[in-house]
Amino acid sequence: MNIRAILGTGALLALTALAVPAAAAEQRIIHKERSLYRNISVAEMGDERCMLFRARRGLGRESCMRISDPDHLVFEYAPMMLSSLFLNPQPPARILIIGQGGGTLPMALQKMAPQAAIDVVEIDPAVDRIARRYFGFVPGPKTKVYIEDGRVFVKRAQRQGQKYDLVMLDAFEADYIPEHLLTQEYLQEVKSIMGPNAALASNTFSSSALYDHESTTYASVFGTFFNLKLGNRIILTRLGTLPNAQEIRTNAAAYDAAFRRRGGDPTYIFTLMSTGADWNRTARILTDQYSPSNVLNTMPRGN
Amino acid sequence: MSQKQPPATKQTAAMNQKAATYWAFAIAGWSGFYVMLVELLSGRLIAPYFGNNIYIWGSIIFIFMFGLAVGYLLGGIYSRHNPSVSRLAMILWVSAATTLPTVLLGDQFLSWMFDHLTDPRYGSLVTCAFLYFLPTMFAGMVSPYAIRIIVTNRESSGYDAGYLYFVSTIGSSAGTLLTSFFLVLWFEVNTILYVAMSISFLLGGLAMLAERKRQ
Repeated sequence: MNIRAILGTGALLALTALAVPAAAAEQRIIHKERSLYRNISVAEMGDERCMLFRARRGLGRESCMRISDPDHLVFEYAPMMLSSLFLNPQPPARILIIGQGGGTLPMALQKMAPQAAIDVVEIDPAVDRIARRYFGFVPGPKTKVYIEDGRVFVKRAQRQGQKYDLVMLDAFEADYIPEHLLTQEYLQEVKSIMGPNAALASNTFSSSALYDHESTTYASVFGTFFNLKLGNRIILTRLGTLPNAQEIRTNAAAYDAAFRRRGGDPTYIFTLMSTGADWNRTARILTDQYSPSNVLNTMPRGN
Repeated sequence: MSQKQPPATKQTAAMNQKAATYWAFAIAGWSGFYVMLVELLSGRLIAPYFGNNIYIWGSIIFIFMFGLAVGYLLGGIYSRHNPSVSRLAMILWVSAATTLPTVLLGDQFLSWMFDHLTDPRYGSLVTCAFLYFLPTMFAGMVSPYAIRIIVTNRESSGYDAGYLYFVSTIGSSAGTLLTSFFLVLWFEVNTILYVAMSISFLLGGLAMLAERKRQ
Protein backbone atom coordinates (compact mmCIF):
# COMPACT_ATOMS: atom_id res chain seq x y z
CA MET A 1 0.00 0.00 0.00
CA ASN A 2 1.21 3.46 -0.72
CA ILE A 3 2.07 5.84 2.05
CA ARG A 4 2.22 9.58 1.48
CA ALA A 5 2.27 11.05 -1.97
CA ILE A 6 3.54 9.31 -4.99
CA LEU A 7 6.44 6.96 -5.02
CA GLY A 8 8.46 4.83 -7.12
CA THR A 9 8.15 5.44 -10.77
CA GLY A 10 10.22 8.57 -10.76
CA ALA A 11 9.94 12.20 -11.65
CA LEU A 12 7.53 11.78 -14.52
CA LEU A 13 4.95 10.21 -12.29
CA ALA A 14 5.52 12.79 -9.57
CA LEU A 15 4.94 15.57 -12.08
CA THR A 16 1.78 13.93 -13.35
CA ALA A 17 0.51 13.71 -9.80
CA LEU A 18 1.24 17.35 -9.07
CA ALA A 19 -0.52 18.49 -12.19
CA VAL A 20 -3.86 17.51 -10.71
CA PRO A 21 -6.22 18.70 -13.46
CA ALA A 22 -4.22 17.00 -16.18
CA ALA A 23 -3.91 13.80 -14.17
CA ALA A 24 -7.59 13.83 -13.35
CA ALA A 25 -8.42 14.17 -17.02
CA GLU A 26 -6.31 11.17 -17.96
CA GLN A 27 -7.55 9.02 -15.14
CA ARG A 28 -10.39 6.72 -16.02
CA ILE A 29 -12.40 5.48 -13.03
CA ILE A 30 -13.54 1.94 -13.76
CA HIS A 31 -15.02 1.07 -10.38
CA LYS A 32 -16.22 2.98 -7.33
CA GLU A 33 -17.61 1.74 -4.08
CA ARG A 34 -18.26 2.82 -0.54
CA SER A 35 -17.11 0.03 1.74
CA LEU A 36 -17.63 -0.35 5.46
CA TYR A 37 -14.40 1.54 6.05
CA ARG A 38 -13.74 3.88 3.16
CA ASN A 39 -14.48 5.04 -0.37
CA ILE A 40 -12.58 2.92 -2.85
CA SER A 41 -12.00 3.71 -6.51
CA VAL A 42 -10.23 1.72 -9.15
CA ALA A 43 -8.71 3.93 -11.83
CA GLU A 44 -6.74 3.35 -14.98
CA MET A 45 -4.11 5.72 -16.25
CA GLY A 46 -2.27 4.56 -19.33
CA ASP A 47 -0.84 1.12 -18.63
CA GLU A 48 -1.49 1.39 -14.88
CA ARG A 49 -4.46 0.37 -12.81
CA CYS A 50 -4.63 1.62 -9.22
CA MET A 51 -6.74 1.13 -6.14
CA LEU A 52 -7.41 4.56 -4.67
CA PHE A 53 -8.66 5.50 -1.22
CA ARG A 54 -9.91 8.98 -0.53
CA ALA A 55 -7.18 10.94 1.22
CA ARG A 56 -6.52 14.45 2.45
CA ARG A 57 -5.13 15.59 -0.85
CA GLY A 58 -7.30 13.97 -3.47
CA LEU A 59 -6.95 10.24 -3.81
CA GLY A 60 -4.24 8.12 -2.23
CA ARG A 61 -2.82 5.36 -4.41
CA GLU A 62 -2.96 2.28 -2.23
CA SER A 63 -1.97 -0.29 -4.78
CA CYS A 64 -1.06 -0.17 -8.47
CA MET A 65 -0.59 -2.76 -11.17
CA ARG A 66 0.99 -2.53 -14.61
CA ILE A 67 -1.74 -3.91 -16.85
CA SER A 68 0.61 -5.30 -19.51
CA ASP A 69 2.87 -6.89 -16.85
CA PRO A 70 0.98 -7.65 -13.61
CA ASP A 71 4.14 -9.05 -11.97
CA HIS A 72 5.87 -5.68 -12.23
CA LEU A 73 6.16 -3.91 -8.88
CA VAL A 74 4.91 -0.39 -9.54
CA PHE A 75 5.68 1.05 -6.11
CA GLU A 76 9.28 1.06 -4.94
CA TYR A 77 8.13 0.20 -1.45
CA ALA A 78 7.14 -3.31 -2.60
CA PRO A 79 10.67 -4.57 -3.42
CA MET A 80 11.84 -2.84 -0.24
CA MET A 81 9.31 -4.87 1.78
CA LEU A 82 10.22 -8.03 -0.14
CA SER A 83 13.90 -7.51 0.60
CA SER A 84 13.06 -8.89 4.06
CA LEU A 85 13.62 -12.22 2.26
CA PHE A 86 17.34 -11.32 2.20
CA LEU A 87 17.61 -11.39 5.99
CA ASN A 88 17.69 -15.18 6.25
CA PRO A 89 19.57 -17.84 4.28
CA GLN A 90 16.65 -20.27 4.29
CA PRO A 91 13.34 -19.34 2.59
CA PRO A 92 10.40 -18.70 4.94
CA ALA A 93 7.99 -21.58 5.58
CA ARG A 94 5.22 -19.42 7.07
CA ILE A 95 4.46 -15.82 6.13
CA LEU A 96 1.97 -13.41 7.66
CA ILE A 97 0.89 -10.26 5.83
CA ILE A 98 -1.27 -7.71 7.67
CA GLY A 99 -2.96 -5.48 5.08
CA GLN A 100 -3.79 -6.93 1.70
CA GLY A 101 -4.37 -3.96 -0.59
CA GLY A 102 -4.36 -5.07 -4.22
CA GLY A 103 -2.52 -8.24 -3.24
CA THR A 104 0.88 -7.16 -4.61
CA LEU A 105 2.92 -8.64 -1.76
CA PRO A 106 1.12 -12.00 -1.47
CA MET A 107 1.16 -12.45 -5.27
CA ALA A 108 4.91 -11.76 -5.43
CA LEU A 109 5.62 -14.00 -2.44
CA GLN A 110 3.60 -16.88 -3.88
CA LYS A 111 6.12 -16.90 -6.71
CA MET A 112 9.28 -15.90 -4.87
CA ALA A 113 8.70 -18.24 -1.92
CA PRO A 114 6.49 -20.95 -3.45
CA GLN A 115 7.04 -23.33 -0.54
CA ALA A 116 5.60 -20.87 1.99
CA ALA A 117 2.16 -20.98 3.60
CA ILE A 118 0.91 -17.40 3.50
CA ASP A 119 -1.73 -15.88 5.80
CA VAL A 120 -3.11 -12.55 4.61
CA VAL A 121 -5.19 -10.43 6.98
CA GLU A 122 -7.41 -7.67 5.61
CA ILE A 123 -10.08 -5.84 7.58
CA ASP A 124 -12.12 -4.68 4.60
CA PRO A 125 -13.92 -7.38 2.59
CA ALA A 126 -14.34 -4.89 -0.28
CA VAL A 127 -10.55 -4.57 -0.63
CA ASP A 128 -10.20 -8.34 -0.97
CA ARG A 129 -13.04 -8.49 -3.49
CA ILE A 130 -11.56 -5.66 -5.58
CA ALA A 131 -8.07 -7.19 -5.43
CA ARG A 132 -9.45 -10.43 -6.89
CA ARG A 133 -11.61 -8.75 -9.48
CA TYR A 134 -9.37 -5.94 -10.75
CA PHE A 135 -5.83 -6.76 -9.65
CA GLY A 136 -5.53 -10.40 -10.59
CA PHE A 137 -5.16 -11.50 -7.00
CA VAL A 138 -5.51 -15.27 -6.92
CA PRO A 139 -4.65 -16.90 -3.59
CA GLY A 140 -2.60 -20.03 -4.18
CA PRO A 141 -3.37 -23.36 -2.48
CA LYS A 142 -1.21 -22.40 0.51
CA THR A 143 -2.52 -18.84 0.82
CA LYS A 144 -5.38 -17.98 3.14
CA VAL A 145 -7.11 -14.61 3.40
CA TYR A 146 -8.66 -13.70 6.74
CA ILE A 147 -11.13 -10.82 6.83
CA GLU A 148 -10.36 -9.57 10.29
CA ASP A 149 -8.76 -6.78 12.29
CA GLY A 150 -4.96 -7.28 12.26
CA ARG A 151 -4.60 -6.83 15.98
CA VAL A 152 -7.27 -9.42 16.72
CA PHE A 153 -5.65 -11.90 14.32
CA VAL A 154 -2.22 -11.45 15.89
CA LYS A 155 -3.54 -11.77 19.42
CA ARG A 156 -5.41 -14.95 18.49
CA ALA A 157 -2.29 -16.35 16.77
CA GLN A 158 -0.34 -15.58 19.93
CA ARG A 159 -2.83 -17.50 22.09
CA GLN A 160 -2.62 -20.44 19.71
CA GLY A 161 1.18 -20.41 19.79
CA GLN A 162 1.50 -19.83 16.03
CA LYS A 163 4.95 -18.92 14.71
CA TYR A 164 5.81 -17.20 11.43
CA ASP A 165 9.18 -16.90 9.72
CA LEU A 166 8.34 -13.65 8.00
CA VAL A 167 5.83 -10.99 9.06
CA MET A 168 4.88 -8.03 6.89
CA LEU A 169 2.97 -5.11 8.38
CA ASP A 170 1.33 -3.07 5.67
CA ALA A 171 -1.98 -1.86 7.09
CA PHE A 172 -1.58 1.90 6.92
CA GLU A 173 -3.29 4.15 4.41
CA ALA A 174 -2.03 7.41 3.00
CA ASP A 175 -3.83 9.41 5.66
CA TYR A 176 -5.09 7.02 8.25
CA ILE A 177 -3.33 4.84 10.77
CA PRO A 178 -5.29 2.31 12.80
CA GLU A 179 -3.76 3.50 16.07
CA HIS A 180 -3.96 0.14 17.80
CA LEU A 181 -1.61 -1.20 15.08
CA LEU A 182 1.20 1.16 16.02
CA THR A 183 1.81 0.56 19.71
CA GLN A 184 4.48 -1.14 21.75
CA GLU A 185 2.00 -3.76 22.96
CA TYR A 186 0.99 -4.64 19.40
CA LEU A 187 4.61 -4.99 18.29
CA GLN A 188 5.29 -7.20 21.30
CA GLU A 189 2.39 -9.39 20.24
CA VAL A 190 3.79 -9.50 16.70
CA LYS A 191 7.21 -10.41 18.07
CA SER A 192 5.68 -13.23 20.09
CA ILE A 193 4.36 -14.94 16.94
CA MET A 194 7.73 -14.75 15.19
CA GLY A 195 9.84 -17.90 15.22
CA PRO A 196 13.59 -17.95 15.93
CA ASN A 197 15.42 -15.62 13.50
CA ALA A 198 12.11 -14.63 11.91
CA ALA A 199 12.13 -11.47 9.80
CA LEU A 200 9.84 -8.46 9.99
CA ALA A 201 9.09 -5.84 7.34
CA SER A 202 6.94 -2.86 8.16
CA ASN A 203 5.70 -0.14 5.85
CA THR A 204 5.48 3.09 7.85
CA PHE A 205 5.85 6.86 7.68
CA SER A 206 8.88 8.98 7.17
CA SER A 207 8.07 12.64 7.11
CA SER A 208 5.97 13.74 10.09
CA ALA A 209 6.48 14.03 13.84
CA LEU A 210 5.29 10.43 13.99
CA TYR A 211 8.68 9.35 12.61
CA ASP A 212 10.43 9.86 15.92
CA HIS A 213 7.68 8.19 17.92
CA GLU A 214 7.38 5.11 15.72
CA SER A 215 11.18 4.81 15.71
CA THR A 216 11.46 4.73 19.50
CA THR A 217 8.47 2.38 19.63
CA TYR A 218 10.03 -0.12 17.19
CA ALA A 219 13.43 0.20 18.86
CA SER A 220 11.87 -0.53 22.26
CA VAL A 221 10.57 -3.88 20.98
CA PHE A 222 13.06 -4.98 18.30
CA GLY A 223 16.27 -3.17 19.21
CA THR A 224 18.36 -2.34 16.15
CA PHE A 225 16.68 -2.43 12.77
CA PHE A 226 17.35 -1.53 9.15
CA ASN A 227 15.71 1.72 8.22
CA LEU A 228 15.04 2.07 4.49
CA LYS A 229 13.88 5.53 3.51
CA LEU A 230 12.63 6.49 0.10
CA GLY A 231 9.35 8.34 0.29
CA ASN A 232 7.99 5.48 2.30
CA ARG A 233 9.92 4.21 5.22
CA ILE A 234 10.44 0.50 5.54
CA ILE A 235 11.59 -1.03 8.79
CA LEU A 236 13.35 -4.38 8.39
CA THR A 237 14.54 -6.49 11.24
CA ARG A 238 15.26 -10.02 12.33
CA LEU A 239 14.95 -11.62 15.75
CA GLY A 240 18.31 -12.36 17.27
CA THR A 241 21.11 -10.45 15.57
CA LEU A 242 20.84 -8.59 12.29
CA PRO A 243 22.70 -10.18 9.37
CA ASN A 244 25.77 -8.31 8.10
CA ALA A 245 26.07 -6.83 4.61
CA GLN A 246 27.87 -9.90 3.26
CA GLU A 247 25.21 -12.30 4.53
CA ILE A 248 22.48 -10.13 3.04
CA ARG A 249 24.18 -10.11 -0.37
CA THR A 250 24.66 -13.87 -0.23
CA ASN A 251 21.02 -14.50 0.74
CA ALA A 252 19.79 -12.05 -1.89
CA ALA A 253 21.52 -13.88 -4.74
CA ALA A 254 18.73 -16.47 -4.82
CA TYR A 255 16.14 -13.75 -5.40
CA ASP A 256 18.11 -11.51 -7.75
CA ALA A 257 16.48 -12.64 -10.98
CA ALA A 258 12.98 -12.59 -9.50
CA PHE A 259 13.50 -9.02 -8.26
CA ARG A 260 14.92 -7.73 -11.51
CA ARG A 261 12.13 -9.32 -13.53
CA ARG A 262 9.68 -7.30 -11.43
CA GLY A 263 11.56 -4.02 -11.71
CA GLY A 264 13.29 -4.25 -8.33
CA ASP A 265 17.03 -3.75 -7.93
CA PRO A 266 18.57 -5.60 -4.97
CA THR A 267 21.87 -3.73 -5.38
CA TYR A 268 20.07 -0.43 -4.92
CA ILE A 269 18.10 -1.76 -1.95
CA PHE A 270 21.38 -2.73 -0.22
CA THR A 271 22.43 0.92 -0.31
CA LEU A 272 19.24 1.92 1.53
CA MET A 273 19.76 -0.46 4.44
CA SER A 274 20.92 1.74 7.26
CA THR A 275 20.98 0.96 10.96
CA GLY A 276 21.73 4.55 11.95
CA ALA A 277 19.33 6.02 14.49
CA ASP A 278 18.45 9.36 12.90
CA TRP A 279 15.51 10.07 15.17
CA ASN A 280 14.93 11.84 18.42
CA ARG A 281 15.57 9.08 20.93
CA THR A 282 13.61 10.86 23.63
CA ALA A 283 10.37 10.79 21.62
CA ARG A 284 7.59 9.26 23.65
CA ILE A 285 6.96 5.58 22.93
CA LEU A 286 3.51 4.81 21.53
CA THR A 287 1.50 2.45 23.73
CA ASP A 288 -2.09 1.30 24.05
CA GLN A 289 -2.30 4.01 26.70
CA TYR A 290 -0.78 6.71 24.52
CA SER A 291 -1.32 6.43 20.78
CA PRO A 292 -2.35 9.69 19.08
CA SER A 293 -0.63 8.53 15.88
CA ASN A 294 -2.98 10.25 13.45
CA VAL A 295 -2.50 13.63 15.11
CA LEU A 296 1.27 13.16 15.31
CA ASN A 297 1.25 12.28 11.63
CA THR A 298 -0.16 15.71 10.77
CA MET A 299 2.52 17.54 12.77
CA PRO A 300 5.88 18.50 11.34
CA ARG A 301 8.99 16.81 12.72
CA GLY A 302 11.10 18.40 15.39
CA ASN A 303 8.63 19.79 17.91
CA MET B 1 -33.98 30.77 36.16
CA SER B 2 -35.14 28.96 39.23
CA GLN B 3 -33.62 31.40 41.71
CA LYS B 4 -36.42 33.76 40.71
CA GLN B 5 -38.87 31.15 41.91
CA PRO B 6 -40.54 30.89 45.34
CA PRO B 7 -38.40 29.69 48.25
CA ALA B 8 -37.17 26.18 48.75
CA THR B 9 -39.47 23.24 49.12
CA LYS B 10 -39.41 21.17 52.24
CA GLN B 11 -37.16 18.50 50.82
CA THR B 12 -34.32 20.81 49.83
CA ALA B 13 -34.64 23.09 52.83
CA ALA B 14 -31.30 21.84 54.12
CA MET B 15 -29.62 24.15 51.64
CA ASN B 16 -30.87 27.39 50.26
CA GLN B 17 -32.52 26.89 46.92
CA LYS B 18 -30.12 29.09 44.98
CA ALA B 19 -27.04 27.26 46.20
CA ALA B 20 -28.68 23.87 45.67
CA THR B 21 -29.48 24.86 42.08
CA TYR B 22 -25.88 25.82 41.38
CA TRP B 23 -24.55 22.56 42.78
CA ALA B 24 -27.11 20.57 40.77
CA PHE B 25 -26.05 22.33 37.56
CA ALA B 26 -22.37 21.84 38.31
CA ILE B 27 -22.82 18.14 38.99
CA ALA B 28 -25.02 17.58 35.93
CA GLY B 29 -22.60 19.50 33.68
CA TRP B 30 -19.58 17.56 34.96
CA SER B 31 -21.46 14.26 34.74
CA GLY B 32 -22.20 14.99 31.08
CA PHE B 33 -18.51 15.69 30.48
CA TYR B 34 -17.49 12.56 32.36
CA VAL B 35 -19.77 10.17 30.44
CA MET B 36 -18.42 11.21 27.06
CA LEU B 37 -14.83 11.13 28.27
CA VAL B 38 -15.30 7.56 29.47
CA GLU B 39 -17.15 6.59 26.28
CA LEU B 40 -14.40 7.85 23.97
CA LEU B 41 -11.66 6.19 25.98
CA SER B 42 -13.57 2.90 26.11
CA GLY B 43 -12.74 2.49 22.41
CA ARG B 44 -9.06 2.62 23.31
CA LEU B 45 -9.43 -0.09 25.90
CA ILE B 46 -11.38 -2.43 23.61
CA ALA B 47 -9.48 -1.96 20.30
CA PRO B 48 -6.49 -4.18 21.22
CA TYR B 49 -8.87 -7.11 21.80
CA PHE B 50 -11.73 -6.65 19.39
CA GLY B 51 -10.28 -4.23 16.85
CA ASN B 52 -11.33 -0.76 15.86
CA ASN B 53 -14.38 -1.12 13.68
CA ILE B 54 -18.03 -0.29 13.34
CA TYR B 55 -19.12 -3.20 15.58
CA ILE B 56 -17.07 -1.95 18.48
CA TRP B 57 -18.56 1.52 18.24
CA GLY B 58 -22.03 0.03 17.79
CA SER B 59 -21.56 -1.88 21.06
CA ILE B 60 -20.11 1.07 22.93
CA ILE B 61 -22.80 3.52 21.87
CA PHE B 62 -25.57 0.99 22.49
CA ILE B 63 -24.43 0.28 26.05
CA PHE B 64 -23.92 3.94 26.88
CA MET B 65 -27.35 4.90 25.52
CA PHE B 66 -29.00 1.95 27.23
CA GLY B 67 -27.22 2.65 30.51
CA LEU B 68 -28.26 6.29 30.41
CA ALA B 69 -31.85 5.31 29.59
CA VAL B 70 -32.10 2.99 32.59
CA GLY B 71 -30.39 5.65 34.68
CA TYR B 72 -32.94 8.29 33.70
CA LEU B 73 -35.71 5.97 34.83
CA LEU B 74 -34.09 5.08 38.14
CA GLY B 75 -32.94 8.65 38.79
CA GLY B 76 -36.51 9.84 38.42
CA ILE B 77 -37.78 7.18 40.80
CA TYR B 78 -35.04 7.86 43.36
CA SER B 79 -35.77 11.62 43.23
CA ARG B 80 -39.13 11.07 44.88
CA HIS B 81 -37.65 10.25 48.26
CA ASN B 82 -36.06 13.10 50.23
CA PRO B 83 -33.98 14.59 47.43
CA SER B 84 -30.88 16.46 48.49
CA VAL B 85 -27.69 17.77 46.96
CA SER B 86 -25.75 15.26 49.08
CA ARG B 87 -27.61 12.35 47.53
CA LEU B 88 -27.04 13.78 44.06
CA ALA B 89 -23.34 14.02 44.91
CA MET B 90 -23.45 10.43 46.12
CA ILE B 91 -24.78 9.32 42.71
CA LEU B 92 -21.82 11.10 41.10
CA TRP B 93 -19.47 9.27 43.46
CA VAL B 94 -20.97 5.89 42.66
CA SER B 95 -20.72 6.61 38.94
CA ALA B 96 -17.00 7.36 39.36
CA ALA B 97 -16.44 4.41 41.69
CA THR B 98 -18.04 1.96 39.25
CA THR B 99 -15.62 3.20 36.57
CA LEU B 100 -12.65 2.13 38.67
CA PRO B 101 -12.93 -1.61 37.83
CA THR B 102 -12.70 -0.82 34.11
CA VAL B 103 -9.30 0.74 34.74
CA LEU B 104 -8.03 -1.80 37.25
CA LEU B 105 -9.46 -5.00 35.79
CA GLY B 106 -10.39 -4.01 32.24
CA ASP B 107 -7.42 -5.70 30.57
CA GLN B 108 -7.81 -8.97 32.50
CA PHE B 109 -11.52 -9.01 31.74
CA LEU B 110 -11.01 -8.24 28.03
CA SER B 111 -8.35 -10.91 27.82
CA TRP B 112 -10.75 -13.45 29.31
CA MET B 113 -13.56 -12.36 26.99
CA PHE B 114 -11.21 -12.60 24.01
CA ASP B 115 -10.72 -16.30 24.74
CA HIS B 116 -14.41 -17.00 25.24
CA LEU B 117 -16.29 -14.90 22.68
CA THR B 118 -14.58 -14.74 19.32
CA ASP B 119 -17.27 -12.84 17.40
CA PRO B 120 -16.19 -9.17 17.45
CA ARG B 121 -19.81 -8.03 17.71
CA TYR B 122 -20.98 -10.08 20.68
CA GLY B 123 -17.57 -10.07 22.28
CA SER B 124 -17.46 -6.31 22.37
CA LEU B 125 -21.14 -6.01 23.31
CA VAL B 126 -20.86 -8.29 26.34
CA THR B 127 -17.58 -6.64 27.32
CA CYS B 128 -19.11 -3.17 27.14
CA ALA B 129 -22.13 -4.31 29.11
CA PHE B 130 -19.97 -5.60 31.96
CA LEU B 131 -17.55 -2.69 32.00
CA TYR B 132 -19.69 0.32 31.20
CA PHE B 133 -23.35 -0.33 32.00
CA LEU B 134 -23.09 0.57 35.69
CA PRO B 135 -21.07 3.80 35.41
CA THR B 136 -23.35 5.10 32.65
CA MET B 137 -26.49 4.05 34.46
CA PHE B 138 -25.46 6.01 37.55
CA ALA B 139 -24.44 8.95 35.36
CA GLY B 140 -27.89 8.80 33.78
CA MET B 141 -29.50 9.09 37.21
CA VAL B 142 -27.94 12.51 37.69
CA SER B 143 -30.09 14.50 35.27
CA PRO B 144 -33.62 13.67 36.50
CA TYR B 145 -32.41 13.87 40.09
CA ALA B 146 -30.89 17.31 39.45
CA ILE B 147 -34.14 18.45 37.83
CA ARG B 148 -35.99 17.48 41.00
CA ILE B 149 -33.66 19.72 42.99
CA ILE B 150 -33.86 22.64 40.60
CA VAL B 151 -37.60 22.71 39.87
CA THR B 152 -39.60 24.67 42.41
CA ASN B 153 -42.95 25.01 40.68
CA ARG B 154 -44.84 23.60 37.78
CA GLU B 155 -44.75 26.74 35.58
CA SER B 156 -40.99 26.86 35.44
CA SER B 157 -40.42 23.09 35.29
CA GLY B 158 -40.03 22.96 31.50
CA TYR B 159 -37.69 25.91 31.57
CA ASP B 160 -35.61 24.39 34.35
CA ALA B 161 -35.46 20.99 32.69
CA GLY B 162 -34.46 22.60 29.39
CA TYR B 163 -31.73 24.57 31.11
CA LEU B 164 -30.43 21.45 32.79
CA TYR B 165 -30.34 19.50 29.55
CA PHE B 166 -28.47 22.43 28.07
CA VAL B 167 -25.82 22.45 30.78
CA SER B 168 -25.44 18.68 30.89
CA THR B 169 -25.23 18.33 27.12
CA ILE B 170 -22.78 21.22 26.81
CA GLY B 171 -20.72 19.26 29.33
CA SER B 172 -20.98 16.19 27.10
CA SER B 173 -19.90 18.11 24.00
CA ALA B 174 -16.95 19.62 25.81
CA GLY B 175 -15.97 16.20 27.19
CA THR B 176 -16.08 14.69 23.72
CA LEU B 177 -14.00 17.35 22.02
CA LEU B 178 -11.44 17.92 24.75
CA THR B 179 -10.82 14.20 25.22
CA SER B 180 -10.49 13.31 21.56
CA PHE B 181 -8.61 16.40 20.39
CA PHE B 182 -6.30 17.16 23.27
CA LEU B 183 -6.32 14.92 26.32
CA VAL B 184 -5.26 11.77 24.41
CA LEU B 185 -2.39 13.73 22.89
CA TRP B 186 -1.07 14.80 26.26
CA PHE B 187 -1.85 12.01 28.71
CA GLU B 188 -2.17 8.27 29.03
CA VAL B 189 -5.69 6.86 28.93
CA ASN B 190 -5.60 5.68 32.56
CA THR B 191 -4.24 9.01 33.76
CA ILE B 192 -7.16 10.80 32.12
CA LEU B 193 -9.62 8.38 33.73
CA TYR B 194 -8.05 8.70 37.19
CA VAL B 195 -8.12 12.49 37.00
CA ALA B 196 -11.74 12.47 35.82
CA MET B 197 -12.77 10.14 38.67
CA SER B 198 -10.93 12.38 41.13
CA ILE B 199 -12.81 15.41 39.85
CA SER B 200 -16.09 13.53 40.38
CA PHE B 201 -15.10 12.68 43.97
CA LEU B 202 -13.90 16.20 44.63
CA LEU B 203 -16.98 17.90 43.18
CA GLY B 204 -19.31 15.49 45.01
CA GLY B 205 -17.40 16.00 48.25
CA LEU B 206 -17.55 19.78 47.98
CA ALA B 207 -21.29 19.64 47.30
CA MET B 208 -21.84 17.49 50.39
CA LEU B 209 -19.74 19.81 52.54
CA ALA B 210 -21.60 22.84 51.24
CA GLU B 211 -24.94 21.31 52.11
CA ARG B 212 -23.78 20.26 55.56
CA LYS B 213 -22.45 23.75 56.35
CA ARG B 214 -25.76 25.35 55.60
CA GLN B 215 -27.71 23.02 57.81
